[in-house]
Formats: sequence, C-alpha cells, structure tokens
Amino acid sequence: MTVNAAVKWLKRNLFSSWWNGALTLLVLYIVWSAIPPFLDWAIVHAVWSGEGREACLGPGKGACWPFIFANLDQFAYGRYPAELRWRVDLAFLLGLAGLVPMLIPRVPAKLWNLGYLVVAWPMIAIVLIAGDRPGLVGVDTDLWGGLLVTLIVAITGIVASFPLGILLALGRRSEMPVIRTLSIVFIEFWRGVPLVTVLFMASVMLPLFLPQGVHLDNLLRCLVGVALFSSAYMAEVVRGGLQAVPRGQYEAARALGLSYWQTMGLIVLPQALRSVIPGIVNTFIGLFKDTTLVLIVGLFDFLGQVRIQLSDMHWSTPQGAATGYVFAALVYWVFCFGMSRYSVFMEKRLNAGQIR
Amino acid sequence: MADTKKPIIAIEHVDKWFDDFHVLKDVNLSVAEGERIVIAGPSGSGKSTLIRCINRLEAHDKGRIAVDGIELTEDLKRIDEVRREVGMVFQQFNLFPHMTVLENCTLAPIWVRKQPKEEAEATAMRFLERVRIPEQASKYPGQLSGGQQQRVAIARALCMNPKIMLFDEPTSALDPEMIKEVLDVMVGLAHDGMTMICVTHEMGFAREVADRVVFMDQGEIVEEAPPTEFFTAPKSERTKAFLAQILRG
Ligand SMILES: Nc1ncnc2c1ncn2[C@@H]1O[C@H](COP(=O)(O)OP(=O)(O)O)[C@@H](O)[C@H]1O
Ligand SMILES: [Mg+2]
Repeated sequence: MTVNAAVKWLKRNLFSSWWNGALTLLVLYIVWSAIPPFLDWAIVHAVWSGEGREACLGPGKGACWPFIFANLDQFAYGRYPAELRWRVDLAFLLGLAGLVPMLIPRVPAKLWNLGYLVVAWPMIAIVLIAGDRPGLVGVDTDLWGGLLVTLIVAITGIVASFPLGILLALGRRSEMPVIRTLSIVFIEFWRGVPLVTVLFMASVMLPLFLPQGVHLDNLLRCLVGVALFSSAYMAEVVRGGLQAVPRGQYEAARALGLSYWQTMGLIVLPQALRSVIPGIVNTFIGLFKDTTLVLIVGLFDFLGQVRIQLSDMHWSTPQGAATGYVFAALVYWVFCFGMSRYSVFMEKRLNAGQIR
Repeated sequence: MADTKKPIIAIEHVDKWFDDFHVLKDVNLSVAEGERIVIAGPSGSGKSTLIRCINRLEAHDKGRIAVDGIELTEDLKRIDEVRREVGMVFQQFNLFPHMTVLENCTLAPIWVRKQPKEEAEATAMRFLERVRIPEQASKYPGQLSGGQQQRVAIARALCMNPKIMLFDEPTSALDPEMIKEVLDVMVGLAHDGMTMICVTHEMGFAREVADRVVFMDQGEIVEEAPPTEFFTAPKSERTKAFLAQILRG
C-alpha cells in the first residue's frame, strides 16, 4: 500500500514525462558524484583530533578539524585580550536577552523591547567592548576581530539602515522638492558605488579631508560607510512597499485628521513594511555577507580571521585552507539561513492575521 | 429656508486646475447647518474634486472655502481643525486592512482627539450598533462584505463626532443587494440632522432626504434646486439630458 503510494508519487513528480525523467536522472547523477566525495572528505576521512599540524599530515587524509577547534577563540574574538573576553560575551548575552523576546510575537511590550535593542543595548555593548570608561580597561579596535567584528558591522548596518532607509524612502516620496531631491541624490549616490569603493573612501580618503589632529577610528569610519550604503538599499526596498499601499489609505487617514507622521507610522508603514519583509530580510542577508569586504581596509572580520589563522605555520597543512573555508561558509550559512527562515515564519504569521 | 441659517460650508468662486485641465470653474455653494445636499453629474464632471476640496484632500487654486468659519489655506493647523469636523466616506471604503473593525473606529479618536481607549471603544461600539454590525467588531475588514465594510467606514467617520459628513459615491462599488443597507444608514443620519454632502446617483435617496440637488457638468455647477423641482422641472438642457439618461437606466 505505502510502496504503491511511493511509486505513484515518484511517477507523478519525478517521471511524469521522458524529459522530466531524464532531468531527474541527471540531477541524481550530479548529486551522486558530488555528495559522497564531500562527505568522505568532511567526515569519513577527516581528522577529528590532534594537537598540531602533524595530526593532519599524511596521504588520504580529509578535513583538518583540529585546526578549527584549536582556533575557535581567535575566530570569535580576533586578538581581543583573552582575560577581557567576558565583556564581549556579556555584551552578546545582553543582546540576545533583548533579541529573543523581540523575535517571539507572543511576548508583549514590543516597543520597549525595540527601544532597548536599538538604543540602550548598543550603548551598553560599546562601553563593554571598547571599555572606554574609567574603571574599565580600554581595548583598542585594532585588537577586535573575528565574529565580533562581523557582528558589529552587520548589526550596525542593520540597526542604522532600517530607520534611515525608511526616512529616505519617505523623503523620496515627499511633496517637498528640496527633501525629495536630497533623498534621491543620496540614494542614487550610494547605490551607484560599490561597497568596496565606499570602504576604501572611508578608510583611505576620508582622513585626508579631516582636519589635522582629528582622528577617526578605522572601524568607526567603516561602520558609517556601511550604514549609509545599506540605508540606500533599504530605502529602495521600503519605497517598493510604500508604492504598494493604495492612495486611498493615505487619504482616509488624512481625512480622519491624522497628521503626516501618524498617517505614515500607523497606517502606511505597517502595511508597506509587511509587504516587503522578504526584501528587507534579503537586504539584511546581503549586508551580513558583504561585511567580509572590510577585510580589504585592514579590519579582520570572521573570514579575515580564518585567513590569518590559516597562515599560522603551526597549522599549515594541505587540507587546512579547504577546512577553514568550509567552516567559514557553514557559519555564514547558519546566520543567513536563520534570518531567511525567520522571515518565512513572520510572513506566514502576518498573512494568517488578515485577509485582504 | 437655507438662507436663514448661517452657512457651515461656504464655497465662493472656487477654481481648480490639474495642470492645464480646468477641473472646477467658478464654483459657488453655500451649505447651511443641518442641510442635506446631493451632488449629481456625469463622470469626470469634478464632483469628487469639489468635495475633496472641502477637507483639503485637494487644494483649490482660486476663490475661498470656509468650513465652520475656518478658511482653508496652506495653514496645516487649520486644515487639521477642519478635518476633525468633517467626516468622509469613500467609494472604495478605504478601511485599514491591518486593523480590526474596532481599531479602525477608535484610531482617530485616540490619536487625534486624545480620548482614553475605553471611552473611544465605548463610542465605537455605539456607532457600530447604529450601523447594525456590532458583532463584527473584532473582525478584519477583509472578512466583511462590501456593504458591511462601507457601514464600518461610516461608523469610523462618525466616531470623530463630525459636524459634517461627505460621501463620495458610497454605493457605487457595491453589489446591488448591498446598496440598501448602506442607504438606510445614510437616511437615518439625515433624519438625525447631520449636515451631509453626498455625491451619488441614487435618485431615490436624493428624493427622500435631499434639501437641494446640485447638478455639475464639466467643472461647473449647472443647476441647483430642491429635489421635487429638480426632477420635475429641470431648467437646463444638460440637466434634462442627464436625468433622461439616469432615470432610464
Ligand atoms: N489627481 C488628478 N490629477 C489629474 N487629473 C485629475 C486628478 N483627479 C481627477 N482628475 C481629473 O479631473 C476630472 C474630474 O475628476 P473627478 O472630480 O474625480 O470627477 P467625478 O467625481 O465627477 O467623476 C476628471 O477628468 C479626472 O480625470
Ligand atoms: Mg468621483
């Protein structure tokens, strides 16, 4: 009975025509020739324990996982002093404590939660991580690295680009010519240059224009660059959502006496943002991956830190590079896939709430 | 009789252009408190534009519009004052789809009139009862029929306790069997003495409640008269042609 059903399913979905059947076989062949060798390399013949490069040397050996295990701290914190890493952990946990209830729709007080997450927490986190307060040992940003830098760049980009992007999108649709023109010029400028260029300008050219003696931290300059760059993208995504809201919604709100900002905040934006959740998350995911570009201006994000550890003589092995990059890919994938799944969840939830 | 009361809406020599298109041409209209006006006319004659000028969804280019003694200018504060006194019902309902029926009704009282939530909800329930759909209060607009949505839209406007109600073809987007339930609500409002301006082609409604029927064509007010006079003895040829067409249909 169940075998019968399985055969039927196969027939209907995979072999409904000779063309479909041929494609199925082709895909099966590709999967068959790619997956087993990879699993063989990553698991079966991989080295799982050992104290140094010697463990991973020798013919027929696969991935060198001890290299990853031995360097986890560097991947997470870069050169951040080991005895102070608890401050980073604490900042991270405080962020998690704000993020988790924010992501669970049932938890109340979303406005306070959001306030904590985008205003209070960043300030606490910066003080903790940088330590530029009396009583705390300061840690120069040159020492920051690894996932710490990746998350700082990505979170700054996300937290800054969301409100800035919304303001720019509203500005671009404003009836005031000055505001509209400024918004268009800003958006088109930042959309027109590659992020690499932005980072180079921020890191190399900006200091040339700053007055003598004014020192802007390299990381800070990159953060500003990333924030402005991503807000331009966010603005265009939000604008798409604004266009999808019928004009009548705006008119009904104004006719009831709501002010411009009330109309936008209570009527137009909630509908606009809902309709572009996939686009917003897409921008976040793109931004998260683009953070790897800070490598070229001398910041060592997660990927950069993996590369540094690869050049460590103590761990130089034939399979080291491949192992490091597969591990990096896996970590990026987990973050991006998580965001993607969350957006699917939110979309489903919102669609269930109201039928148009 | 209209002249003995003070006008609550005064429209004097109003002109408006959309770029080169002269959409309102020297329009004059005075509405007394408690008066019920029906505006009729062919499509594209400027009816919507005229009533949208009354709450400044459109800005007029020449002339003067005053509502309840407040002249409409660029001044945003005055525009907001006027909008608080003027309720509007649209052809497409324009309910807020992401809010429940009750939230639709309490939004403006809470945010504009700064009423406490409980008070706003009590008022909203009263008006939802009046339009005969209190049982739908916790539903979303998308779950209601067109006629129900339009009645919610009327209740939403009434919750602001307006002095004037504007209706822009409130039954034109409805299936025939739902038109009556909306018109009944409007007739009820008229009998309660609400000042109303209705753009509509429901001539039965005009006969029953209108104090005056205003006929517009090509941006002008061609004729205005009490309904009996308007329907039995129209003066202008254009009115006659329009009536012939609409009463035949
Ligand atoms: N925002 C606008 N921009 C340009 N033309 C418009 C606009 N709104 C309406 N019009 C034009 O003005 C004329 C009158 O429109 P409207 O007042 O909606 O007429 P009615 O409600 O009597 O059908 C129509 O020809 C319409 O195409
Ligand atoms: Mg119209």
